[in-house]
Amino acid sequence: MENRFPQTHEVIELCLLAGKIMLQCGAETYRVEDTMTRIAASFGLPQSHSYVTPTGIIFSIDGTEPAKFIRISERTTDLYKVTLVNGVSRKLSSGEMTSEQALNRLKEIQDANFTFPIYQQIIAASIASGCFLMMFLGQWSDFIPAVIAGGLGFVCFVFIHQILKVRFFSEFVSSLVIGLIAFLFVKMGVGTQLDKIIIGSVMPLVPGLLITNAVRDLMAGHLVSGLSKGADAFLTACAIGTGIAVVVAFY
Amino acid sequence: MIVHLITSFIASAAFGILFNAPKKSLLKCGFVGMAGWFVYIFLVNKEFDAVVASLVAAFVIAVISQIFARMYKTPIIIFSVAGIIPLVPGGLAYDAMRHFVVNDYNVAIQLAAKAFMISGAIAVGLVISEVLYQLLMKIKFKQKKKANEVN
Repeated sequence: MENRFPQTHEVIELCLLAGKIMLQCGAETYRVEDTMTRIAASFGLPQSHSYVTPTGIIFSIDGTEPAKFIRISERTTDLYKVTLVNGVSRKLSSGEMTSEQALNRLKEIQDANFTFPIYQQIIAASIASGCFLMMFLGQWSDFIPAVIAGGLGFVCFVFIHQILKVRFFSEFVSSLVIGLIAFLFVKMGVGTQLDKIIIGSVMPLVPGLLITNAVRDLMAGHLVSGLSKGADAFLTACAIGTGIAVVVAFY
Repeated sequence: MIVHLITSFIASAAFGILFNAPKKSLLKCGFVGMAGWFVYIFLVNKEFDAVVASLVAAFVIAVISQIFARMYKTPIIIFSVAGIIPLVPGGLAYDAMRHFVVNDYNVAIQLAAKAFMISGAIAVGLVISEVLYQLLMKIKFKQKKKANEVN
């Protein structure tokens, strides 16, 4: 039984770690809160309160334990980690895992890197650009320009994001690059519809996940997270738009 | 139409890779995206408004994702996000930006409002499916309770 009910501060640590990983990997606000409450409940602490925003988590458990706070500064999208943490919380609820095992597993998940190799991501981004071109009623002759523009734009995005930690700058530069490449293709006569090529190639950068998550959070009553995610999405979209606008303005 | 189906499948699966979805779920992501885009294009071709089409398509995506999430015991977000990406009004937002740049604010605001409406419609579609799911679960739970009481 001692294993089953660990110290309260251990439970808080476990909950916060789980919440932190999920939030950093792009899970919805309500899912983070739900997971933390569930983990706490599985250790016999049904009265827990969490306040999750995209930039930080406050978590407290009734009683003498002080509330804990975690700051989240870097956010990416890594759905595999969300799945793994979700699995851990499921196993904890069903009693298949002890708190120590769970804590170790969560630390492993936090440090591991499960992302696809970078070249695969670039290939995926380029192919997606070409496919989006066709979905937005483009012509087959523009397929190759869109693939190249989208691929190079994504390369730019990843590269700049690694060397410069200025937010929204990588989006701006990569959309500028996409616009320039698309413009060059059209000038050279390889591509025909500048608009379609640009729209298709920009899609891998568009903050679709953020926009939908923002509106969903707003509707679920998480007003602070919804608004801040919305602001994030809006600024990203503006950065992309500005990059394209520079090219269009000269065109 | 076949071109649409194939490209939307590939695009959604590719987005699964960008979002680092589990390898096993990539094909399902592609399927969800294909189904959603099929509904959207079908409705748009039948001359429904893009907002209505997005709403219905998002609803279909959310229902399928809900089923997949149940079946494979994974968070629903994996399937729904990849499926929704094609619906996001990137083209409209781009058009709006283009008109802003050339000082054509009237058209630009109209387009931006439309883009906002569509993203709202997508979210509403997602929420409706969730509400339905919770209702279903409640009904099921009550029936179980009743059955237990009878026993």
